[in-house]
Amino acid sequence: MRVALFVTCLVDFFRPTIGFAAVKLLEAAGCTVEVPRAQTCCGQPAYNSGDRANAKAIALQVLDAFEGYDHVVAPSGSCAGMIRVHYPELFADDPAVLPRVQHLAARSWELVSFLVDICGMRKVSARWDREVAYHDACSGLRELGVRDQPRRLLASVGGLSLNELAGAETCCGFGGTFCVKYPDISDKMVSDKEAEIVKTRAAAVLAGDLGCLLNIAGKLHRHGRRIEVRHVAEVLAGMTEETPPIGVRR
Amino acid sequence: MLATSSTFEANARAGLANPILQRALALMQSGFPERRRLAIERLPEFEALRDIGESIKDHTLEHLDFYLELFEANVLASGGQVHWARTPDEARAVVLQICRSVDAKVVTKGKSMIAEEIGLNEYLEKNGIAAVETDLGEYIIQLRHEPPSHLIAPAIHLMKEQVADTFRAEHCSLDPARSLAEARQLCDEARAVLRPRFLAADVGITGANFLVAETGSSIIVTNEGNGDLTQTLPRVHIVMTSLEKLVPTLEDAATLLRLLARSATGQEFSAYTTMSTGPRRPGDLDGPEQYHVVLLDNGRSALLGGEFQDVLRCIRCSACMNHCPVYAAVGGHAYGWVYSGPMGAVLTPSLIGIAKAGHLPNASTFCGRCESVCPVKIPLPKMMRHWRERQFAEKLYPPVYRAGLSLWAWVARRPALYHATVELFSRALGWAGKDRGRFRSLPLANGWTAVRDMPAPEGRSFHRLWAERQKAGARR
Amino acid sequence: MSKAREQILAGVRRSLKRGRLDATRETALQERVSAHQRNLVPARAASMDHAGRVDLFVAMAEEVQATVVRVASPAAVPEEVARYLAAENLAADLVLAPDPGLDAFPWDARPLLRIRRGRAEAGDTVSLTPCFAAIAETGTLMLVSGAGTPTTLNFLPDTRIVVVNDRQVVATYEDGWDRLRAAGALPRAVNFITGASRTGDIEQRIELGAHGPRRLHIIVVDDRQKAGDGEDE
Repeated sequence: MRVALFVTCLVDFFRPTIGFAAVKLLEAAGCTVEVPRAQTCCGQPAYNSGDRANAKAIALQVLDAFEGYDHVVAPSGSCAGMIRVHYPELFADDPAVLPRVQHLAARSWELVSFLVDICGMRKVSARWDREVAYHDACSGLRELGVRDQPRRLLASVGGLSLNELAGAETCCGFGGTFCVKYPDISDKMVSDKEAEIVKTRAAAVLAGDLGCLLNIAGKLHRHGRRIEVRHVAEVLAGMTEETPPIGVRR
Repeated sequence: MLATSSTFEANARAGLANPILQRALALMQSGFPERRRLAIERLPEFEALRDIGESIKDHTLEHLDFYLELFEANVLASGGQVHWARTPDEARAVVLQICRSVDAKVVTKGKSMIAEEIGLNEYLEKNGIAAVETDLGEYIIQLRHEPPSHLIAPAIHLMKEQVADTFRAEHCSLDPARSLAEARQLCDEARAVLRPRFLAADVGITGANFLVAETGSSIIVTNEGNGDLTQTLPRVHIVMTSLEKLVPTLEDAATLLRLLARSATGQEFSAYTTMSTGPRRPGDLDGPEQYHVVLLDNGRSALLGGEFQDVLRCIRCSACMNHCPVYAAVGGHAYGWVYSGPMGAVLTPSLIGIAKAGHLPNASTFCGRCESVCPVKIPLPKMMRHWRERQFAEKLYPPVYRAGLSLWAWVARRPALYHATVELFSRALGWAGKDRGRFRSLPLANGWTAVRDMPAPEGRSFHRLWAERQKAGARR
Repeated sequence: MSKAREQILAGVRRSLKRGRLDATRETALQERVSAHQRNLVPARAASMDHAGRVDLFVAMAEEVQATVVRVASPAAVPEEVARYLAAENLAADLVLAPDPGLDAFPWDARPLLRIRRGRAEAGDTVSLTPCFAAIAETGTLMLVSGAGTPTTLNFLPDTRIVVVNDRQVVATYEDGWDRLRAAGALPRAVNFITGASRTGDIEQRIELGAHGPRRLHIIVVDDRQKAGDGEDE
């Protein structure tokens, strides 16, 4: 299968390791992976700020950049959700473009659910001796139904045990611009998330969305906690030796 | 009711800093969601019923004029009266006129959000009529001169010590040495204090969870029995309600009732679900002599046929706010008006204007939990986004924010420039943060770094690294 | 006020981008109402036989703090009432619904029960009524107002006793609606009562007896033997 990687702006800027982990996993699943150069962002910041015009312009750019691939895969539930669920809504009143958009949406996926549901991946060969907690990022969970797939693959990681996080499905308080528009409320939400993570006694916390991970890592570090924060793809791809956890220097 | 929604940020901060409220909210979070989950587990058809509930409400809204007329005809046929009110003023005037017509001195009230919306209690008091709230939560906040903070549990923001303090202060004729340490004692005292007021009332005002067009009936759903005492004992029963409460048939009501209690409190059915149709019949030994329905519009008809129509499906269960992490952080009073939580974030701007209520649809991460628990599948985040679109179009956002967004979008539409910029900034920030791996503070990011560290980027952009790897691979 | 009515209806139609519905459409809607079709009905009680439904009714009612006793014949009802009041340490004063259906019980056999027939008044502590139907799916009593069944009996006294005849147990609310329609004109009030009065308004702690009755005692009379064999399933 010819897969195009939707890098996401946060991965591109903050943590390319996640992009490379995604490529490694996709290739292990038998896909050929390309990275279209003309991609920048999915347009969610504009969309969620009510700027439909810019959201549409960026979406059209995505549409063109990702033409012709069997599948489009993003290591992020929120970006994949934007394309899969919200692009058709953005162009609902645009019959000229809508069919192309729906076609793109139908072949766009969040990474881990793509590996399990489409590629049929059942296990990985990675090893990581850790007790981990897993946070379910909201868009992936509620827009795309990503819940069992990461747990399934994590269960196959050698030496890894998963401590279920109470309130795993509760929002961490990132919400894109929300965390800077309403910092007090965001702080409360991420503090609650931190408290739940600490309660699991896990040595690491994982999730499938870098926005959540930056938020959670930032909070844990502010309080001096030594809990490792990584994207689930890094662990599944066995790349935990190559890059330090989020927010930790080399 | 006076709105303080425009000071949402300050309200929220006050809520976050209030330890009693935070304890109360923690109790709520450990209560309602779990009970709802257990109730739904016992009903395998719940998901299917959500779809049906959604379609019943949609069908009714699409034909609302027909069902309103049918409802009215059936109310009249059963001996009741219907009053149509376009605005809060008209609704208040009708209620006053009915009260005056029977020389009413005391009015008891079952819980009615419509009555809150139009400020009915203050209006009646100003006109020399005592309005007594009888729902325990409403009674408590009436004594404290506070607005409700939740759709079904108006006093949820209080702990029992505060209720005890209020009762001591207000129930002056009782023995000051009495113990009020337990919720049981507080309930018993409220029951004893309110019983004579029920009996003395000239008029009883309730809300309506549903109006049934087929029979001209109103349905209230309570657990205390106060709504029933309110509507049965006085000479006059007034139903304060709004247009969108209609459902076509008794069977449709049964379907929605199966969704309501489970979604609200996790009960199989509320203790008292009562359907009223008209005044007492010849031969009845009790019941009101007059039955009035006040149908309020106040902006509902304007929501039909537009992008906010779906919020009119709301059956007032409160599941959305019970599951909302923002509500759980700041409490209901932060929203500043009658309706709080996610449904309040959508409905309030439509009733008091987006200029005043602008914060409400913005104070959301769009986590989507509200929509996932709504018994009638209202797409709440989508409608909050529609409000944001209105604000954007009407330039209601701060100029700095708009400028930042425009600049970012301008660059994002130019991939080559974007990639160069990302590479530049990730190198710069990666270099600046390489010693610690994160920043304790960062210019322009104070909202973030005030309370958390900012992880440093790895120092190269993915696109550049990928391009380099491709070139290296091609050379091999 | 009719100006308000016309403006509101006009506003509704304007928003829905149409005028008044035409006669064909209105007839179709009226037929939908008249047909009052059932929507999806949960299998919980609907899939059971009658005996199962009665058992379910009892179990669900007990879950919501009603006490339930099953007696084999109407003759046992006054005795059960006397027993219950004594067990609860309540005075043997009760107000009974005037409903003639209650005449059939041998109250004379329990002369120590001080019985008044009528509506409830402020000082009443115990009331006893029949019910219209008993809904198995949630242990819900369906009571209707009428000359023989004043509504105040359901709410004023602190202790409620309801006599349910086994044949009144139905599976679902929809079954209740069907019986109601068959009984003729709608009563002023239909009360669906599920358990005792309660509130969670103080710290989410459930307390019974908020304003309505604190105690709900249900006597299920199973007199199928008396009624005749093979009458129901």
